[in-house]
Amino acid sequence: MKKFEKFKMNRREEIKMKKNILLINICKEKLHFFEFVKPIKDILTKNKIKYFARDYKKLKKKDLLEASKVIICGTSLYDNEFFRNIDNFAWIKNYKKPILGICGGMQIIGMIFREKLKRKTKESNSFLKKKTEIGFYKEKFKKEFLGLEGEEKVYHLHNYYIDFLKLKEFEVFSGNKATQAVKHKKKEIYGVLFHPEVRNKDLIQKFISISTPELEKELSIVPEKR
Amino acid sequence: MKLGILFSGGKDSMYACYLAKKESYNVCCLITIISKNKESWMFHIPSIERVREQAKVMHLPLIIIKTKGQKEEELRDLEKAIRKAVEKFEIEGIVTGAVESVYQTTRIQKICNKLKIECFNPLWQKNPEEYWDELLQNGFKIIITGVFADGLSKEWLGKFIDRENLDKLKEMSNKYKIHLSFEGGEAETFVLNCPLFARKLSIVDFKDNGSRNSWIREIEVK
Repeated sequence: MKKFEKFKMNRREEIKMKKNILLINICKEKLHFFEFVKPIKDILTKNKIKYFARDYKKLKKKDLLEASKVIICGTSLYDNEFFRNIDNFAWIKNYKKPILGICGGMQIIGMIFREKLKRKTKESNSFLKKKTEIGFYKEKFKKEFLGLEGEEKVYHLHNYYIDFLKLKEFEVFSGNKATQAVKHKKKEIYGVLFHPEVRNKDLIQKFISISTPELEKELSIVPEKR
Repeated sequence: MKLGILFSGGKDSMYACYLAKKESYNVCCLITIISKNKESWMFHIPSIERVREQAKVMHLPLIIIKTKGQKEEELRDLEKAIRKAVEKFEIEGIVTGAVESVYQTTRIQKICNKLKIECFNPLWQKNPEEYWDELLQNGFKIIITGVFADGLSKEWLGKFIDRENLDKLKEMSNKYKIHLSFEGGEAETFVLNCPLFARKLSIVDFKDNGSRNSWIREIEVK
């Protein structure tokens, strides 16, 4: 009996270990990897979460299938080549698993959904706006967003933001003018303009712990050890 | 891409330079700010003049700008130094050894943004234990040239950080809440040898200054 219980517990662990996070690197410059992807890898390693990293240009369908969640990491103020290759992210529109876009990653999410908006309303250039914010800022969260609530100190490093107020599919949690934190109203798609890997590491852990219907279904088959 | 390294001669800027070279970037020059303000939050102080000897064994040109170290003025001087590197060596980006300091990195990022050049921080948020392991595995010979925290006594001046001393540092880090990478300014270091050097440097003389738990070692090297 004891042996059987042990088997059940390990099976649950095994299913939980199916969490395999795909980290997408959007930096053109190799040296930026250490600054924008590596810190997130370290958070996952510390929490014993499996991950694999891919360059956005080398991303394959297989990678998206294998991942349980996706984090699109940020980049520097001038490493913006991804803006010219936005089609590489067209998969976001129909992806069913949770996505977290950080800074440039959030801008990508906005750009992809803007494409839909553009088709419907001919909305154009006013979407990507210039605003430089570098360093610590206090941001107000209207309600709980991946563990952040009320006034929080966050680290900014960006020259642009996306005006998500124009995207009806998204709920804005922080930022009246420069949108700081958003979530898709129907999907598990999150975006933050700030860099949580600097001083809000728990936000990444919270995102990782989001349960997906697929995982819940599998866990429901295996009873929890009492 | 042509890069300049914000260079203090300590482990952080040296290892950042090493990573840039390892990733095949064209490191064109080192940039050093020598501050007269011994309490500077921005710039490294102990044995800072010895970057001249390090630059020689690295076969890299060195831009030195001196500053009085007053808060806003030192940033103008830093900008002046970076601008000089842009003009003279046509650098397109700066590499820093920032690990945790938002104070330092924010100021450098703002200058780079103003000058429309890249800012690389390859040690950003790096786990201290992993960092020391990499330094030691890659043959970095590092000594302590300044101590500024409880638990780090004058006896630490001049000590090489090898595995044995690293273990002692780890113990102290737990006991006194010292950041193991010294990001809280608990200590300053100097690199006497590493894979970027054509030959190792040796200490020929030194002088210690300080009191209680704040000590600096000024070294002469050849």
